[in-house]
Amino acid sequence: MAIKTSVKPKIKNCTNYFIVGAFFLVFLIIDLASGGLRNSSSILLTKIAYSIILAVSLNIVVGFLGELSLGHAGFMCVGAYIGCFFENILADIIPSKILLIIAAMIIGGLAAALSGIVIGIPTLRLKGDYLAIATLAFGEIVRTIFKNQAVFGGALGLTTHRYGKSLWIIAFAVVFICLFITQNLMLSKQGRAIKAIRDNEIAARAMGVNVTYYKMVAFVISAFFAGIAGVIYGNLISPVSNTFFDFNYSIEILVMVVLGGMGNITGSILAATVLTFVNVKLTTQLSGDLAALKNLIYALILIVIVVYNNAPALRGLREKLDFFKFVTGLKEKLFKKKPGDSEPPSTASWDKIPTKIDMDALLSTDVTPDKSFEADKSASRRKE
Amino acid sequence: MKEYLLETKDLGISFGGLKAVQNLSLKIEKGELYGLIGPNGAGKTTVFNMLTGVYKPTTGSFLLEGKDLTGKAPAEINRLGIARTFQNIRLFSNMTVIDNVLTGLGNSSSCSLFESVFRLPGYWKSESALRQEARELLDVFGLDAERRTLASALPYGKQRKLEIARALATHPKLLLLDEPAAGMNPQETLELTETIKFIKDKFDITVLLIEHDMNLVTGVCDRLTVLNFGTVLAEGNTSDVLHNPEVIKAYLGD
Repeated sequence: MAIKTSVKPKIKNCTNYFIVGAFFLVFLIIDLASGGLRNSSSILLTKIAYSIILAVSLNIVVGFLGELSLGHAGFMCVGAYIGCFFENILADIIPSKILLIIAAMIIGGLAAALSGIVIGIPTLRLKGDYLAIATLAFGEIVRTIFKNQAVFGGALGLTTHRYGKSLWIIAFAVVFICLFITQNLMLSKQGRAIKAIRDNEIAARAMGVNVTYYKMVAFVISAFFAGIAGVIYGNLISPVSNTFFDFNYSIEILVMVVLGGMGNITGSILAATVLTFVNVKLTTQLSGDLAALKNLIYALILIVIVVYNNAPALRGLREKLDFFKFVTGLKEKLFKKKPGDSEPPSTASWDKIPTKIDMDALLSTDVTPDKSFEADKSASRRKE
Repeated sequence: MKEYLLETKDLGISFGGLKAVQNLSLKIEKGELYGLIGPNGAGKTTVFNMLTGVYKPTTGSFLLEGKDLTGKAPAEINRLGIARTFQNIRLFSNMTVIDNVLTGLGNSSSCSLFESVFRLPGYWKSESALRQEARELLDVFGLDAERRTLASALPYGKQRKLEIARALATHPKLLLLDEPAAGMNPQETLELTETIKFIKDKFDITVLLIEHDMNLVTGVCDRLTVLNFGTVLAEGNTSDVLHNPEVIKAYLGD
């Protein structure tokens, strides 16, 4: 056997880094050139950044582990309250703003991860709908607990430090760390075990995968980043109010994951960016009576995206506008790869998992007998 | 006393009042190709489910190399040396062919979560070793060229082969094959017969297989046990058992 294989130390799947990096650089250049972004832009960018973190981290549980979690806002809530609470305490000890927020993010993330372990031990035995209900309950319980603690400001909310305009730069740095960890995890032995549980839990057990452990790993890493997103939120908006982290917000994060595609990190990034942008713009642009229209327009956009992604009639359009083809085409152009040189495109690169059977292609296959075959037969008959 | 690779002692399980398997005593030697046959509903797959920890036996015990594995969890039993394939294929269908095998190889790598996440040298070392081994394994089954396709996109016969490859990746001492030839044509069955013999020698394993296809059974198995309604009907050398009137009666009726 003359198989030689090697895994070269290169950054795999740089598409996502590229997208986020380009996005970040554009705004950084605008920031530097114009002498500072407007306040509203910097808030919008921060919101986009923490939405990306939330969507990517929820994707670990929903897309890769295949379990439905409706408590993501709950983990964010834990991170926001605990992280910002300690930030207030540490403010006297740590003079540097950056070090302070980093410390707060670590504390908030660890607190959320710890709550992930605590909630995970009893609930990860559950499957499907039951896990969804249990995590939903967790989110609501956490929110109520913080509401009723005087140390955390009670119903008024916790007064936090606002980081200031440059928060969005820190937030995007965290996006990169989140992408780095998530992608590395999914391309490793541990990530394969997590995906194996999603695909077939019984077979995964039979192959020696410690299902409980890997479910916990996915759940805790996901909670950790939700906690960090919470700290970023706390540094953006003060006071942190428990009403923000309600069930609707968990669903909103889930919508980003589902629209982007389960197990598709690029999709999560794009969906989080677009939905946050639309949401913030609608909230700020529509005032007075028109504010009621926000949910209507938001819903319309969601319907359009869902239809575009699934309707058989739009197949041709989808293929024409296929983002992944565009990216691979771009890569080939950039690196001057001849089509023959490249290895066959992996249909299964993990940011491109097909989630639906292509019934269209199946049904449109032509099964009528081939004309040339008929002609052949009649020709041979004539010979005889 | 002779040491057997797998020994079951009065193994039995009942679901409520239904005694699915009773008093099963198998003794399988190292390096043997052992067959478990019987009519539909005889309890063959139930035996496999007990041996892999999916079901907990209600009576009796089973030992692998003298070590009692009764009541252990499936993942632990796999780590201790029993791997299986499934009657209805259970591949990780949204993963690539090589990822399926790599998942099976997972336990043989010591790469920690921390090393994986931060891409430390341990990750690269273990990952290239795993990939090398996975590709060699796939090559044995002629699947190396398709290693990047999705497991669900493989044709049926190759999916069965991949399941065996994935089971072998866990470095088992005992391999349980549940109807490996189901749905295969005679040519494929013949190939499978050769493959099973080949992997037995190459990987130095013992094989216990369930099969309905008598061509495969006679071609592969050294010894057989016949189950009927959860009890042992006959056991012994393949040709003796297949000519046993009781066995013929169970299969063909009176």
